[in-house]
This record gives sequence, C-alpha cells and structure tokens, in this order.
Amino acid sequence: MGIALQIKGLRKVYDNGFEALKGIDLEVKEGDFFALLGPNGAGKSTTIGIVSSLVKKSAGDVHIFGHSIQTDMAAAKREIGVVPQEFNFSNFETVWDIVVNQAGYYGLSRSIAGTRAEKYLKKLGLWDKRDVASRMLSGGMKRRLMIARALIHEPRLLILDEPTAGVDIELRRSMWEFLTEINRSGTTIILTTHYLEEAESLCRHIAIIDGGNIVENTSMKALLRQLQKEVFILDTRDVITPDIQIEGFDTRYVDDHMLELVLKKGSSLNEVFVALNEQGLVVTSMRNKANRLEELFVGLLATK
Amino acid sequence: MTLAEQWVAFYTIVRKEIRRFLRIWMQTLLPPAITMSLYFVIFGALIGSRIGQMGGFTYMEFVVPGLIMMSVITNAYSNVVSSFFGAKFQRFVEEILVSPMSNNTVLWGFVIGGVARGLLVGLIVTMLSLFFTSLHIQHVGVTIGIVLMTSIMFSLAGFINAVFANNFDDVSIVPVFVLTPLTYLGGVFYSIDLLPDFWAGVSRLNPMLYIVNAFRYGVLGVSDVNVTTAFLMVGGFTVAAYAYCMYLLASGTRLRH
Ligand SMILES: Nc1ncnc2c1ncn2[C@@H]1O[C@H](COP(=O)(O)OP(=O)(O)OP(=O)(O)O)[C@@H](O)[C@H]1O
Ligand SMILES: [Mg+2]
Repeated sequence: MGIALQIKGLRKVYDNGFEALKGIDLEVKEGDFFALLGPNGAGKSTTIGIVSSLVKKSAGDVHIFGHSIQTDMAAAKREIGVVPQEFNFSNFETVWDIVVNQAGYYGLSRSIAGTRAEKYLKKLGLWDKRDVASRMLSGGMKRRLMIARALIHEPRLLILDEPTAGVDIELRRSMWEFLTEINRSGTTIILTTHYLEEAESLCRHIAIIDGGNIVENTSMKALLRQLQKEVFILDTRDVITPDIQIEGFDTRYVDDHMLELVLKKGSSLNEVFVALNEQGLVVTSMRNKANRLEELFVGLLATK
Repeated sequence: MTLAEQWVAFYTIVRKEIRRFLRIWMQTLLPPAITMSLYFVIFGALIGSRIGQMGGFTYMEFVVPGLIMMSVITNAYSNVVSSFFGAKFQRFVEEILVSPMSNNTVLWGFVIGGVARGLLVGLIVTMLSLFFTSLHIQHVGVTIGIVLMTSIMFSLAGFINAVFANNFDDVSIVPVFVLTPLTYLGGVFYSIDLLPDFWAGVSRLNPMLYIVNAFRYGVLGVSDVNVTTAFLMVGGFTVAAYAYCMYLLASGTRLRH
C-alpha cells in the first residue's frame, strides 16, 4: 500500500504573525479512513488548506501520492478532492453547472463530465435539484453539492473539512454510508469533525491536533484501548439516599432515582448488580454518561 | 495536464464567462447601448450639425470611433474585474485555484471572456452608430488589431484590479474615476490640434489618446498621433500587464493565504 498523504515538519505562520501550525508530521496510508480531530482553531483547516494549495506553507513538505506540492503541484492536485468547511460555490449557478464546470477545470471532456455529474448527483440525492440555483439549496444539500463537486474528477484522496456540520442525523447517517462505500471502493478519506462519534464509527486512524501541534496519532482501536474507565448512569425504581455506597466502586448520588457509577477497566458489572440487589434496589435502566471518546479527548487536551 | 486538457479548462472558463455576461445583459449589454445611443442622438442629430467639421469629417463621423473604443475599453475591463472579484468574494475562485490547470489557462480564460464582452459591446455600438452615420473602414488590419490589443490590455488590467480589490467599491473606482475621464480627455470628442500647445502636450501623456486615435485612423484614416507609436505603446502595456498578472498568480498574492 502506498502513502496517500505525507506531511513533514509543516509550519504555517499567517501574514499577521500567528503561527497556526508548529511543524506537524502526519502520514495517511492509501485506503485509510483517517480522522483529524481538534478543537476550534487547532489548525485543521489550515492543514487542509496547505494540502489543497489554498494556503501557502511557511516550511515543511507535503507529498500527495508521492507528488510534492512544491515541485509537482499539478499532479498532486489531480489526486485530491477537497470539501471545504465553508461554502465556496457561486450562488447564481445551478447545481449541474457547478459540478460540470469543475470537471472542465480538470480537463475532463463534457461528455465524461455529464456522465459523472449524473452519477454523483444521483448518489448524493441532488439529481432532482440539478437545475436549481445553488443559493436555493438547504445547508445539507449545499454540503452534498460540495462532495459531488470534489468527486467529479475521481480523486484517490478525498479530504472533508467538517462534512457533517449542520447536517441532520438522518442525513448524517446516509452521508456516513456513502463515505464508507467510496472508501471501500478504494478512495482514501481524511475528515475533520467535532463529532467524536463520527470519528469512532467511521475512521480507522486518528490524529488529534491542538494549538498547531499533533498531540496524538494512532489507530482508533489503540486510542479506545486507552480508556481506563467508563461512567454509567443508573436509574432506580426505589428511592435512594445520598449516602448510598457500593463496595469496591466509585459512585455518586445524583438524585432520588439516579446514581452515577464509575466502572474501571476489567471490573465486573455483575458485582454492581449483586450489591444493589442486596440493598434491595431495582435498576430500571442504565446508560453511558457521555461519549467515551469525548472524555478521552478532553483528557488528552488537558494533559498535553 | 496535457495541452488538450488545458484547452478544455480554458474553454470551460471562457464559456462560463460569456454565459455570465449574457445572463445579466441588463447590466452588461444594455447600459452601453443606451448611453451610446444618447451620445449619437445628442452629438449627431442635435448639436453635431452646429459644430461643423472636425479633422475634415462631420462631427458625428469624428466621434463615433472614439465612442466605440470607449465602450470596448470599459466593457472588457469591467467584465474581468467584476467577474473575477465576484469569484474571489464568493470564494468560488477556489474551484479554479485547487484545480491543476496552469496559471496561463486561468488568466487567458478570464481575459478572453473580457475580450468577448468588449467586442460584443463594440459591435452593438457600431451597429447603433449606423443609424446615425455611415462607416467606411479605411484600414481593416489596424482597426481589428487595435481593438483586439486594447481589449486584451484592459482585460488584463481588470484582472489586476480584481486581485487587489477588497470590496465592490474598489471594482468600480477605476472605470469611473480613471478610464472614463481619461477617455473623454483622450480626444474622443475633439482633435488635440484644437488645444493650446500646453494642453496638447499634456494630452500626449494620456495613453487613451493613442488608442482612440489609432482606432480612428483605422476607421477614418486620420490620427493626431503616430499609429506605430500607438501600437508599440499598447503592446508594451499589454506585455507588462500580462507579466504582472502571471506574477500575481504564481505568488498567490491576495488569492492564497
Ligand atoms: N487567514 C488567516 N490569517 C490569520 N490567522 C488565521 C487565518 N486563518 C486561520 N487563522 C488562525 O489559525 C488558527 C487555526 O485556524 P484553522 O482554521 O486551521 O482552525 P481549525 O482547526 O480548522 O478550527 P475549526 O474547528 O474552528 O474549523 C486559528 O487560530 C485561526 O484564527
Ligand atoms: Mg476549520
């Protein structure tokens, strides 16, 4: 397997003197589904901007499928499709024209462009809207339009900057399915997101960026393995009191019918229920307190 | 990209540019048609007859070439500046910036779009002028050559303006405060032989004078200035503007952060 994206010592200092990237290294293998995570202002869009040539790097190296963006820009550009964070298409053009013209910019003949436009607009549920001016689309449709546009030259690497921001849950799921499908058919995908659940269910590898530095770069499995504990919330049928205790476990009284429980890795839930039974307490439901990854994420950012 | 692919990309921009100004013809084609018709009515029918001869021609014959040229200049310029600035403002210039097409392809795509509008408006104005006077083009080569070079030069200039423009005011400043006054003072309405020596000398510093007179020479066969000088000057400005545009694109000035 080749390397889809290789970033070495990448630095970016904006014109106002702000250092948005402080020398990051990143490698994404061909065929991977890669998540780039980080809080607002971490440098995700800056990184993507440099890879797609819209931002000028201050130092370092970027190779896309072996093509340097410095010496072999045109070849590098052919390999990537970018779905930016902010809408960047003409408000007055139709969906069809936007996608077909983009194909033209890559030198694809109009007949190829037409066939592909039909294929991707249909896949993304925009076929009915093809003759509509883009400003009349809903936010979710606009985002899908940008995905169709990014795929029109069939790049080997697709980069999406927060593709599901402002997209409803149902649509988000169908977008996930779509991305999974094109990843399976061989397209390498990098996405940034603030929804950790999204990264967890889609991505195989993950890098976390904060303040212009990569603070974690590992496989999703390895990251989840780092989770040492999980917090559950238990709802009880009977009234509980603030002094409730379960031996061997950290618990916290929330209210008369609600209890928080910290479960360390390797310990048994059965023991919890046995203990509760002994106290005559019946649990009616149980759920995870928060997204596990989210806690880990917050923890990571706090410690590094 | 292969040459054939570059051609497709170029053609895509040109086609899009032409469709843009045709779609908004009320803003692009109609105003010059109306303004120039008014000039023709006022100078031809109403006061032109009282002015008498200018440079051996009726006043109407004398002003028509300058007015055609003025339309070509402002429309070529305005097309590129508003289209490219619009693309920058709405950020869809990024569609082009992320694509693998060469800077030359991008630049010539927009320039030929501007040339197309300049020529179309020039043609419309010429047709309208035929209601008021007859035109017998004396030097076809000079006429076509100067129109083409001028529209290319001002399309390039419009491109430079668009790169630096921050808002829509910056887009209209040059046409309103530079191009139109310079053209008016560039001998559209009078022969500089009529001016006192000093002002005739000052007029010779105005590049528009050369363009207007070269075109008038093509159409009527008379000029206040040396036509070769005019061509050299327009050629020089065009090459300089082209080189500067290519530098702006290569360095990403105002286009890539
Ligand atoms: N053109 C610019 N000029 C100056 N500073 C900039 C510019 N663009 C971005 N920055 C700064 O660089 C930092 C990184 O921005 P970037 O857009 O890469 O963050 P991000 O990780 O994409 O954040 P978000 O999740 O909010 O999209 C921020 O502090 C931002 O203010
Ligand atoms: Mg961002």
